[in-house]
Amino acid sequence: MMIKIEDLTYKYSVGTPFEKTAVDHVNLEIEGGEIIGVIGHTGSGKSTLIQHLNGLLRPTEGKVYINGVDIWEDKSKMRQVRFDVGLVFQYPEYQLFEETVYKDIAFGPRNMGLSEEEIDKRVHEAAEFAGLKPELLEKSPFDLSGGQKRRVAIAGVIAMEPKVLILDEPTAGLDPKGRNKILNQIRAYHEQVKNTILLVSHSMEDVASFADKVLVMNKAKVFAYDTVENVFARSEELKSIRLSVPQITNVFLRLNEEGYPVPRNVYTVAYAKRKLLAELEKRGGASHA
Amino acid sequence: MLKDITIGQYFPGKSALHRLDPRIKIILTLAYIILIFFVGNSVGFALSILFLGACYLIAKIPLKMILKSLKPIVPILIFTGILNMLFITGDDPFFEWGIISISSEGIYMAVVTAIRVICLIAASSLLTYTTSPIALTDAIERLLKPLKYVKFPVHELAMMMSIALRFIPTLVEETDKIMAAQKARGADLESGGLMQRAKALVPILIPLFISAFRRAEELALAMECRCYHGGEGRTRMKQLHLGSADFLACGVMAVILCALIGANFLPIPW
Repeated sequence: MMIKIEDLTYKYSVGTPFEKTAVDHVNLEIEGGEIIGVIGHTGSGKSTLIQHLNGLLRPTEGKVYINGVDIWEDKSKMRQVRFDVGLVFQYPEYQLFEETVYKDIAFGPRNMGLSEEEIDKRVHEAAEFAGLKPELLEKSPFDLSGGQKRRVAIAGVIAMEPKVLILDEPTAGLDPKGRNKILNQIRAYHEQVKNTILLVSHSMEDVASFADKVLVMNKAKVFAYDTVENVFARSEELKSIRLSVPQITNVFLRLNEEGYPVPRNVYTVAYAKRKLLAELEKRGGASHA
Repeated sequence: MLKDITIGQYFPGKSALHRLDPRIKIILTLAYIILIFFVGNSVGFALSILFLGACYLIAKIPLKMILKSLKPIVPILIFTGILNMLFITGDDPFFEWGIISISSEGIYMAVVTAIRVICLIAASSLLTYTTSPIALTDAIERLLKPLKYVKFPVHELAMMMSIALRFIPTLVEETDKIMAAQKARGADLESGGLMQRAKALVPILIPLFISAFRRAEELALAMECRCYHGGEGRTRMKQLHLGSADFLACGVMAVILCALIGANFLPIPW
């Protein structure tokens, strides 16, 4: 599944004093099978950009191609686009409406016109991907905890088996336990089905440890779109647009500046630990000799 | 999208009309609307249209905004126009076909009614274009204050109005979001018969109601935390003061008033 965005511009409230350009001449190509972290400040245009990928917003200018086809060319195929590109909004638990968790997860597949057996199979699979125990399926979604509700909402989109899954800040407002649970489930899901995932996040740590590539938005434009290593190597530039690099990267940059022989390209705590232990081992070995 | 619907339709600006005291604006708008129904001839109508046009120019509101506010009443205008033409019978109908007869009096009434309704809508739109909803409710509260002596809950009413106005954009935005989210799950809101469309609204209305109740509870709690206990002894941060501009506006309106009434006595046929 390849997504290509060509010269995309989107303006809100055209023709009123409130007119605002949310996305400004953006060009982008997204290949299949990767996890892409999307970062940027509030108001940098990331939420607007992702709503173009499944045709919820119509570009003011420019085109969106999915597998080479302009999605606005034939509006009758728009629903198919929405099943192929699944979008989980911010705070998705506020969209739950059915009497039971099962029915809510089944809403998407039912709209696709699938058979009852297929729906049943998908609901159970999606619930498992989202880490929901089968006994929760018959409960009312409004009786669940915040983290569980959010996972129900995510399962509702996963059940459509989208080829591209977009998650807009899936961990916002959750406690650390809930955050880790959701991120680990998403990673496990990705490893199993190998689809494309776009993860919008404010947390550099999450992006560094999850994503293959990072898309940085700044003031309605694409600031950078590259591998995690290449993007976070530009720490000074990121700071100049008031974004940061992961905290562990800052620690290692500082250690390096102080003269310690540690690498400057450390982006995750796990990698940092390995590097530090290796370094200590070397020293330990040297002092024994 | 829903966001394009103008509710409250405040058009921010810094013109003289924007800065007038909202109480004066309400009173003057009411005066103008009442006056429109006393105008009886072409000179009077020309004057009142010119005056309203001048006000729009001063407020720097694009004239196409008038058309926008008139759009919803076009069917009413056409309907009353046709009724007037058909049912007002004059001495010398110039068009007759079976029971249908159209006289010059009928056409005259149709045109006059249309002008009156258009002026009425345009004038009240100008009020909402130049006055923020909060200022409007403030002014209404002040203007209705005398009703307190007959135990009318003026403050509570004004508070309810400002809360409702405050939450309209929030709920519209929320509705937009929920609609987008359900569309992303393949909800079809645009096709199907009446029953199917009504059914398609369920996934939108239920989350919307739940969130409205949640917001209401949170707001009540936040207001209590700040010791809100009704209007008794409550002072305001923004006091309304009448300035020289307000008296000037009253003066201008008084002159227009006299001119319009005077126009009625002009010796012209219509």
